[in-house]
Amino acid sequence: MKVGLDVGSTTIKCVVMDDADNIVYSTYERHFSHILEKSEELLRRIAGEYIPGGRAVFAVSGSAGMGMAESVGVPFVQEVFATRVAANRLAPGTDCVIELGGEDAKILFLTGGMEVRMNGSCAGGTGAFIDQMATLLKLSADEMDAAAGKAEKTYTIASRCGVFAKSDIQPLINQGGRVEDIAASIYQAVVNQTIAGLAQGRPIRGNILYLGGPLTFSKCLRDAFDKTLGVQGTCPENSLLFVAMGAAFYADQSFNLRDLAKRLKNRGSMETYPSQPPLFENQAQYDQFQARHAKAAVPRAPFREDYAAPVHIGIDSGSTTVKVAVIDQDARLLFTDYRPNLGNPVPLIREVLQSLYDRHPALHVASVTTTGYGEDLAKHAFHADYGVVETVAHFTAARHFLPNVDFIIDIGGQDMKCFKIDQGAISNIFLNEACSSGCGSFLQTFAQALGYDMREFAKLGLFANRPVDLGSRCTVFMNSSVKQAQKDGATIENISAGLSISVVKNAIYKVIRAASPEELGRNIVVQGGTFYNEAVLRAFEKEMGVEVIRPDIAGLMGAFGAALYGRGKAARGQTSSLLGRQALAGFSQETCSEICGQCGNNCQLTVNTFAGGETFISGNRCDRPVTGKADTGEGNLYAYKRRLILGYKPVPGARGKIGLPLCLNLWELFPFWHAFFTRLGFAVYHSPLSSRDLYLKGQGTIPSDTACFPAKLAHGHIQALSRLGLDAVFYPCMTYNIDEGLGQNHYNCPVVAYYPEVIAGNCPEIKETRFIYDYVGIHRPKDFTRKIHAILGRYFPGISKKEIQQAADAAYAEYANHMSLVRKEGARIVAQARAEGRRIIVLAGRPYHVDPEVNHGIDTLITRSGAAVITEDSISNLVEKFPTTVLNQWTYHSRLYAAAKYCCGQPDMDLVHLVSFGCGVDSITSDETREILQSAGKLYTQLKIDEITNLGAVRIRLRSLFAALEEQDETRREEA
Amino acid sequence: METQYPVFTEEMKETHTILIPNMAPVQFRILAAAMERKGYHVELLGNCGSQVSELGLKYVHNDTCYPALLVIGQFLDALGSGKYDLDHTALIITQTGGGCRASNYIFLLRKALERAGYGHIPVLSLNFSGLEKGNSLPMDLAFIRMALAAIYYGDLLVTLKAQTAPYEIHRGDAAALQEKWLDVICGWMREGCGFNQLEMKIAMSKIAAAFAVIPVRRTPKVKVGVVGEIYVKYSPLGNNNLEEFLASQDCEVNLPGLMGFVQYCAYNPSETARLYGGSFVEKHVSDLVLGYIAPMEKVIIKALKDNGYHAPLPFSELTKLTEGLISKGDKMGEGWLLTAEMAELIRAGYENIICAQPFGCLPNHICGKGMINKIRELYPEANITSIDYDPSATRVNQENRIKLMLSVGRERLAERTAGQVEAASASGAGTAVRGDPAFA
Repeated sequence: MKVGLDVGSTTIKCVVMDDADNIVYSTYERHFSHILEKSEELLRRIAGEYIPGGRAVFAVSGSAGMGMAESVGVPFVQEVFATRVAANRLAPGTDCVIELGGEDAKILFLTGGMEVRMNGSCAGGTGAFIDQMATLLKLSADEMDAAAGKAEKTYTIASRCGVFAKSDIQPLINQGGRVEDIAASIYQAVVNQTIAGLAQGRPIRGNILYLGGPLTFSKCLRDAFDKTLGVQGTCPENSLLFVAMGAAFYADQSFNLRDLAKRLKNRGSMETYPSQPPLFENQAQYDQFQARHAKAAVPRAPFREDYAAPVHIGIDSGSTTVKVAVIDQDARLLFTDYRPNLGNPVPLIREVLQSLYDRHPALHVASVTTTGYGEDLAKHAFHADYGVVETVAHFTAARHFLPNVDFIIDIGGQDMKCFKIDQGAISNIFLNEACSSGCGSFLQTFAQALGYDMREFAKLGLFANRPVDLGSRCTVFMNSSVKQAQKDGATIENISAGLSISVVKNAIYKVIRAASPEELGRNIVVQGGTFYNEAVLRAFEKEMGVEVIRPDIAGLMGAFGAALYGRGKAARGQTSSLLGRQALAGFSQETCSEICGQCGNNCQLTVNTFAGGETFISGNRCDRPVTGKADTGEGNLYAYKRRLILGYKPVPGARGKIGLPLCLNLWELFPFWHAFFTRLGFAVYHSPLSSRDLYLKGQGTIPSDTACFPAKLAHGHIQALSRLGLDAVFYPCMTYNIDEGLGQNHYNCPVVAYYPEVIAGNCPEIKETRFIYDYVGIHRPKDFTRKIHAILGRYFPGISKKEIQQAADAAYAEYANHMSLVRKEGARIVAQARAEGRRIIVLAGRPYHVDPEVNHGIDTLITRSGAAVITEDSISNLVEKFPTTVLNQWTYHSRLYAAAKYCCGQPDMDLVHLVSFGCGVDSITSDETREILQSAGKLYTQLKIDEITNLGAVRIRLRSLFAALEEQDETRREEA
Repeated sequence: METQYPVFTEEMKETHTILIPNMAPVQFRILAAAMERKGYHVELLGNCGSQVSELGLKYVHNDTCYPALLVIGQFLDALGSGKYDLDHTALIITQTGGGCRASNYIFLLRKALERAGYGHIPVLSLNFSGLEKGNSLPMDLAFIRMALAAIYYGDLLVTLKAQTAPYEIHRGDAAALQEKWLDVICGWMREGCGFNQLEMKIAMSKIAAAFAVIPVRRTPKVKVGVVGEIYVKYSPLGNNNLEEFLASQDCEVNLPGLMGFVQYCAYNPSETARLYGGSFVEKHVSDLVLGYIAPMEKVIIKALKDNGYHAPLPFSELTKLTEGLISKGDKMGEGWLLTAEMAELIRAGYENIICAQPFGCLPNHICGKGMINKIRELYPEANITSIDYDPSATRVNQENRIKLMLSVGRERLAERTAGQVEAASASGAGTAVRGDPAFA
């Protein structure tokens, strides 16, 4: 008899086979992380029922099986390897296996050079990811598959990691996108992720085998793979059991399974994971803690049926919930409502408003204010009076509780907001970046995965004796940390406490990056639904060593703050513009989604039509679909830079056609090379502006999935160039950049410097053309001329030294001209903005952040809000070299410091730092830039961008910045 | 933003203990002894545990690379331990001075010290690029010579142990011998001897001979090479005890020597001058330094070869292996050296390779992960896995990936051994001994 046990991240699989390899028994079940117990029970059962004498040949496989196998001395078969063993035996002739598991994705190439690929540590889970997304859509796995079958189209969803995908999906849900379409989009994202992340340029063809849970259970997912790969794959019999069977086939040692079960049981009592002190030492400590927090309560007033005094309504339409608060003229709380947002907040809000009208016939609504993700939608749908950015709403509420509050931290379902208050105004905002949106829904997802209700799960942790130390990173990492802790025998109680602590650590160290409580302030208000969780609250106080205020309406602070905001704005005796009783009764909402199509961006618009024919459009990057007018790029130096670059056209030349990819540093150096090669008699082409499509076409050849997005785009550009019929593609390696005299050195970052090497090593397109990627140094003009002569001579013999000299002179002149044009236009924009009394935002990034696919239209987002946008390089030359606390050695980053320094002396100029996800250099520059700005009392705002297209968080951050600046100005006016 | 930071003055040599972060345990122990000879009081840090990375996370930007978090965390943990008189403690940190983030570690360390309340503690820079003038370890020829010898002795001991321990009959023999020689060599360093050419020649062949007599059984084992970002490659704290794990998986591990990195650093200035232009001196300074190292290199290679051990290629040969792969202009981080080491390992039979780097390591996007495809084209037998290290990347995931790579390696080894046994029985040859193709 042979037995194979496969312990995966979420399920446990076991097969018992007789000597003729017939399956006698098999099982596939979720283990809810009770790995040891389940395995023990399983072994005991099969030993008793199916194996005479209890002895069988046995091996363990699976990602969670490794430690277990070692601890009881059983051979472990790596799971991909086990799959291969099984595939070779059960499905001979297979060329390629695609296996998706709970948290792993694997591709095995069996023919033509055996190779196995597994997802990297960043790529996140797949089965767990689908589960998470299904939960978000409130569907079971089967329902999701059925829904995807009825899809009419797919949306673009970030495929790199679950957390990103989630932030793409949430707005779709909030904007009323069809569940069917979203479900299909999720499957497509999984397909893209698997292919991009694992195939890395190697074509998948021939006989394909689909294995693992997600691919077995979802037909739509298989279809999506078939369609994308252009193949007809098969999902074989026992597709769930291949790993277990592979382990059994590979096993060659026999064991008494009853003994093993016994050994497992003993092992279960050992706890070897890293732990931290318990949250509460004893009951008395807990009682005291509860009593202290019970004091932070809002005054309330009865809300009788005949209530007729003016009321103010606050509506917080959040990412996962809808919250409503009604207050009276004295800010006493009359009514609250809190419900999960089932995808579309509008009907929920309508229901609440309707019931307010119904229950209180004499209701006099003085103001209605909306806030949160769905602020605009709710405001338009119900004709609310005011909309307020959520950070301001929260601050308004917190200030009401604690007038001298100097720090607020709000952890909600999807996002985390922290702000520092200085002299009555928000002085610093921290929002969680796309990568760390752990937060409330993170705890909830874990609770569900482990089979618990959220509240019950959190309670478990309160008295845990040895909470697991899980670190403070993103959800995907957390999954494997939990897995490891379970393997090491941590109890559910200790895992629960550990997760709560990790949420807190994530907030403090990752989002706020504080080293000590003094840095945060002494008067802290904590809020957001997650702080109802006493374990999280306690962990926060313990970690920071301070006692904080948690209002009894912690989860409703946004709505409460919005109501307060309305109360402050409303004139005496005002009646709200809110839809009246009748209009509300006849309210309707229809949602459809369409492609804007008015420009190349092709924004996916969600159009809401309300009763009376009013429409509300979301998903647009510019105002064109709303106003019908195109953005003119006025007051936007980013737009000007793009126009400059795109203005360089190829001039037909005798020496042929040469192309440059419009990516990374070539965004700045294109004028240089254009002049250089044009003068030499080449027609100089560049690849088109980046687009989603261009990125997807190149993504299959990206070898490192954690490189920054601008670098990854290079692959698409090379692909685009390859179709232009060029004589050569020129993309030089450049260790050094131009020395502008601002720092101690003038390097490029390693990625910008050497990315052409990656292109040469991984893009098949370059084999069909001459790819020139020699090392070039334009920082030494004289040497450059000599060296480039030698380099080009190798590819295009017969270019004379004189020609090169002239070309180089033209190149340096054109580069200088380009930079001076940018600086001139920058100065003009600044002067104009000043004349018109508009704010000036220095959108500081790198030259390649001008690419609209990289910046996702953030520049226009800012100009739409009325501010002018200039670039860091348009002002960096206005500052003398000055000392920094870090080694100032990269040209682009020296400009950043200089721009920040320049801003410090300009009252109407503020800096917004664009940071590409994965930019290691910016981990150094961002702190330094912050310090430079803060030394002059300036706000530092950082926007982290990736391939992610959701601008929701960016918008909040920018609006918060504007609100804070406004408030600062007001204070200054009052003081004057 | 400029803040004044304390400088390590000449008098502090007498009064202060300098703490050294532990990167390459064997080589650094000898280096520490060499520093003692120069009159410094030093201590090589050995503290580890989760609080080290916790402290790093707390005081350093979390997206900074893992080695910075660990090195700074290790310092802070030591300073907070109560073991040191904080008014008489200084720190030393290396600074390579290239375009990678690592050149900024010293600044991040100073920022972290400031925030943690240790702003008065001086930090010394160990570099050869002329950075931090007045606050770096003074370099004189005698000390440089001693440091180079220290690194070579360390590399030798690491190599000998790595090629002996997996096969030894009495477990622990090689480790004990390594420990013994470490003590002896450190003693030489403190006394200021053992580092001239002749002494090294005698000592190295004696050491190699001592290892060669350890009783071994040379059964074929999976041979694994480790390349990567320098800290994560060597430091057990950084790579979750990678060497120990590989040993537990019954592998022979080849960790290319630290001297390769020193030579790489010495090579680059002239290469830079050749690529972009520079003075005659700039173009030839590297040859001078490398020429100075070369005789020592010959000694270590000869000592290894004479005693039947696999020796690394001379640096001048190693540079040639970049051909068809990567330009030697890639000089940030481990740059072209990393790619060349992978090629060397494969050619030497260590075709199973772990490419280790901190999560999001910028240079390794290019010279590590970016080159794997090309290496596979050139060397189809390459079996490379790339592992990211990070405060929260779990061991279980890393080990699982390594195990996958090892499974493939084992399978190939089994196929090859089966082939050899057939061939051997056909020709009637005896059992495999040292010197057989699997070993050479």
